[in-house]
Amino acid sequence: MKALLLRDLRLAMRSGGGFGLGLAFFFLLSVLVPLGVGPEGGTLGRIAPGILWVGALLACLLSLDRIFALDFEDGSLDLLATAPIPLEAVVALKALAHWLVTGLPLTVLAPGLGVLLNLPPTGYGWLVLSLLLGTPALSVIGAFGAALVVGLRRGGLLLSLLVLPLYVPTLIFGAEVVRRGAEGMDLATPLALLAGISLGASALLPFAAAAALRVNLR
Amino acid sequence: MSIWEYANPKRFMQTSAWALPWAIGLTVLCLVVGLVWGFFFTPDDYKQGSTVKIIYLHVPAAMMAINAWVMMLVTSLIWIVRRHHVSALAAKAAAPVGLTFTLIALATGALWGQPMWGTWWAWDPRLTAFLILTLFYFGYIALWAAVDNPDTAADLTAILCLVGSVFALLSRYAVNFWNQGLHQGATLSLDKEENISDVFWLPLLVCIVGFILLFVTLVLMRTRTEIRARRLQALLSRERVA
Repeated sequence: MKALLLRDLRLAMRSGGGFGLGLAFFFLLSVLVPLGVGPEGGTLGRIAPGILWVGALLACLLSLDRIFALDFEDGSLDLLATAPIPLEAVVALKALAHWLVTGLPLTVLAPGLGVLLNLPPTGYGWLVLSLLLGTPALSVIGAFGAALVVGLRRGGLLLSLLVLPLYVPTLIFGAEVVRRGAEGMDLATPLALLAGISLGASALLPFAAAAALRVNLR
Repeated sequence: MSIWEYANPKRFMQTSAWALPWAIGLTVLCLVVGLVWGFFFTPDDYKQGSTVKIIYLHVPAAMMAINAWVMMLVTSLIWIVRRHHVSALAAKAAAPVGLTFTLIALATGALWGQPMWGTWWAWDPRLTAFLILTLFYFGYIALWAAVDNPDTAADLTAILCLVGSVFALLSRYAVNFWNQGLHQGATLSLDKEENISDVFWLPLLVCIVGFILLFVTLVLMRTRTEIRARRLQALLSRERVA
């Protein structure tokens, strides 16, 4: 299992483009929004939580189809399916690898972009915490979506259509945590719900994703 | 004699062929009575004027949009557990009907909202939840269309339907939490003090029954088409082999 995780991480690092692209996209979005909205600090500060969360979500979406597609094409997914570890664990590990190369760097990068977007100082800690709690859900849901479309020739666009509605609750609660945190309001409820979504999705979705993979590999 | 006999496509075709004319007749009867009664023989509301009459399309369509998804959920579960093809095909047949009901609810809601709330669209919890439901329907239909092998497509869409239901429910509460709405609360429940008056309630009830029947009729017709299309496909592939 450790070998599989390391292999996925190495592939993501060395194949280039894959995960750096997501970060670059996140950066570009945060630069473009002030140019489009205008440099006025108050407006930017108010929309910053939402923009940062939408940016993180879209950046995550960019690299989703790489979770299974390459392994499916070269046949290693068939080998993984017949390997002694259960397919559910394979899905969970691949989602974890995806999170380590997209979700985690996004979380680290986000405060810097918060400066660009004039996020109120009280919001930084909550931004990092909400992304830390929320991005695992994005990776796991994305792995499920990628498992659904893995057999299709041009699944990328369909993948976005399938996954985006599933991302809605995570986005709402994540942005709500940052917004409330920036304004100094009580945020225990959205924080708990966000963590709940991540935990619930990580616990249950690997089973659904593995079922979808089995159908696609049949 | 068990209910699973109807999972036999031949049996289903026979029964539905018998039931379809009745369903069509009852649908037309209920919809004509309900809509004519609602549009021409109810008084105007004291606050909302004549725009209140759009309720006879809006509420039943919204109810059926959700019920169609629930029906798809049940048929998907039956497909996963017992693998009856009619069940999967019924889910496939119901999706575009449900999508249409969703779009009708959104469109009539916009027409109603403009004079009442002064806006075509508001990020109200129910509106947002319906928008997300529309996306789910689009995704579901697109996945059916994208997969070539019908059994694979049925499996994948059934899994999507199950997961989607959980997330649709979650989104419903998420958007509730996210924003306070303009929609009034439920006024059709039987145990509430504040219900709409009988003058509006009776024709609305007829309309709701009419929409349920309309849904049943359309799904029966579309399922029959799907079964025939499947038979045709089987015949064609057999010919290609021979």
